[in-house]
Amino acid sequence: MLHGRRALVRQSRALAALLSVRDLVTTVRVGDADVAAVSGVSFELGAGRTLGLVGESGCGKSLTAMSLVRLLAAPRVRIAGGAVVFEGRDLTLLAERQLRRVRGRRIGMVFQEPSTACNPVMTAGDQVAEPLRVHAGLDRSAARARAVELLAEVGIPSPAERARAYPHELSGGMKQRVMIAMALACRPVLLIADEPTTALDVTVQAQILELLARLRRELGMALLLITHDLGVVAETCDDVAVMYAGRIVEAAPVSALFAAPRHPYTAGLLTALRTLEHGGVDGSESGGGARRRLREIPGAVPALGQAPAGCAFADRCPRAAADCRASTPPLAPLGTPDHLVRCFHPEPVA
Amino acid sequence: MSAGVAPLLEAHDLIKHFPVGGGLAGGRRQVVRAVDGVSISVGRGETLALVGESGCGKTTLGRAVLRLHEPSAGTLRFAGENFLGLAGSALRAARQRMQMIFQDPQGSLNPRMIVGDIVAEPLDVHRLCPTRAQRRERVIELLGRVGLPPESFARHPHEFSGGQRQRIGIARALSAGPELVVADEPISALDVSIQAQIVNLLGDLQVERGLAYLFVSHDLRVVRYLAHRVAVMYLGRIVETGPTAQVYEWAAHPYTRALLSAVPRADPGTRRLRVILEGDPPSPITPPPGCAFHPRCPTYAKLADARCRTERPELAPAAASGHTVACHHPDG
Repeated sequence: MLHGRRALVRQSRALAALLSVRDLVTTVRVGDADVAAVSGVSFELGAGRTLGLVGESGCGKSLTAMSLVRLLAAPRVRIAGGAVVFEGRDLTLLAERQLRRVRGRRIGMVFQEPSTACNPVMTAGDQVAEPLRVHAGLDRSAARARAVELLAEVGIPSPAERARAYPHELSGGMKQRVMIAMALACRPVLLIADEPTTALDVTVQAQILELLARLRRELGMALLLITHDLGVVAETCDDVAVMYAGRIVEAAPVSALFAAPRHPYTAGLLTALRTLEHGGVDGSESGGGARRRLREIPGAVPALGQAPAGCAFADRCPRAAADCRASTPPLAPLGTPDHLVRCFHPEPVA
Repeated sequence: MSAGVAPLLEAHDLIKHFPVGGGLAGGRRQVVRAVDGVSISVGRGETLALVGESGCGKTTLGRAVLRLHEPSAGTLRFAGENFLGLAGSALRAARQRMQMIFQDPQGSLNPRMIVGDIVAEPLDVHRLCPTRAQRRERVIELLGRVGLPPESFARHPHEFSGGQRQRIGIARALSAGPELVVADEPISALDVSIQAQIVNLLGDLQVERGLAYLFVSHDLRVVRYLAHRVAVMYLGRIVETGPTAQVYEWAAHPYTRALLSAVPRADPGTRRLRVILEGDPPSPITPPPGCAFHPRCPTYAKLADARCRTERPELAPAAASGHTVACHHPDG
């Protein structure tokens, strides 16, 4: 009975959320063993919301995103467990043919390297027109006309002219705009953007982030933003989930996490970032001036499959105790119901 | 820099142009004006940061002052000597006093060499250690200083993480006892949690050894932390330069202001005025006439001063703060 009620609650929460990821496990073949690179990731994303998935290279953030739409290098990389419920359907159970109708139509995707994500032998206009022909069934000329409108929408000047350009004739920022136009062609309800500005210069990054925010507002679309930059999260997202070694270690509304990070890993990253922002050397003196040291996180991110038993961060953590090495702490609410922390000895609230 | 002491490195009106096109492939012969008349100085124990977006010429300038790219014109003085006039053993002797740290520790370490030999390379080139035992002792001391255990000596670069490989690169740069280190994006390829370790290490080594750094970076947050002075580059020229805190607080060039306002801040609550630039940096092959920034400049868009598109502004003191800026309408 109790079990039934819990299942019901789960179901209703899943209905409320546009995307509900539960206990997702994705493994990568290393030698002849399957190692979990994403081990039990759960989160929800409501319609029209923006969630930032943040972490360092190898933490599993990109793999989580690619698992949602099953763009995985099978059989080496595969989903080994969990559910990805999107608009009421578990995407992990769909046949490839059905999934293809979701990708590009209901879920748009933007990747880090616009240069490699673009097809070099197709014009910008044809690339944007392709999903319109495949998914929306538009004929060639209607798709082309719509593509020009979309290029205008993402802020490309003289769009009719640029539609005839090949990727190598466009700058990095322009290529990323074309990729965004393509992702938005079928008006998806969810956009997954994997480090969309990492390869771009800072002024162009600001343009693209502004563009994503505007489009999200205007189209009411949800955004899952994968990034390594906490600054980008602070400026773009409603909610944030911090990943470390394949697990979410802290998740909260952006304002709560930045005001009081509770996981020592999050706190370490944020303290270092803030010391940088406020400057380290006294500007008036040259050389040898007193310098505030950055808060360091010792050691390095563990290699895939090399994370220690218990809490994966314990070896680098200033607050670790014996219990941290004995078992993995659960991701549990701390203080408020929507601030989740995976830590036995969280940072006190300053 | 205190008055009266000559800077360690002094570049005046340095130019580096690269020819492109022409040759067998045909096409019109053109020139990339990568560095187009730049003057900088770096004092002993001081960090000068070169910042700007890709293609602004900061990396080329960093290499040109070491003569890794031979400058096309201009003067270059190192420790009071005419560095461009040096050749043979005098050049080698000067080169011992300057080293470089690269962005990609993966690509800049020979994968077939053991770490000990990599770190000892400058010692070997400049014949600084007469015996094997001295060489080994010196390398192990350097490895220890950058936080690597003695066993690292006999291992290969691929056995180390990205942060450790950058430590190896730093140990190599330090081994011949340089006075100037050109660091080209030394932490850009590293993970965020590792960046703080390397930034602290670079800061400590500077104080300890009185190193001068020419720090090339697009990361404005790290520059604010690490640099005493900063030079902002746009299309091969410096548009604003001065003490870091002053430039960051009182940026006078519209480009500097846009660049600084574009850096995402880890403060979700604060609303701030953000300048979003239109378009991309133009090509250094055909820089716009007048001020190279005018086609993207918010001040030009507002004032439409003809001078901005006809007359190139020279670096001059900004009225408010005293650092220098190349703009017809600073604070405009």
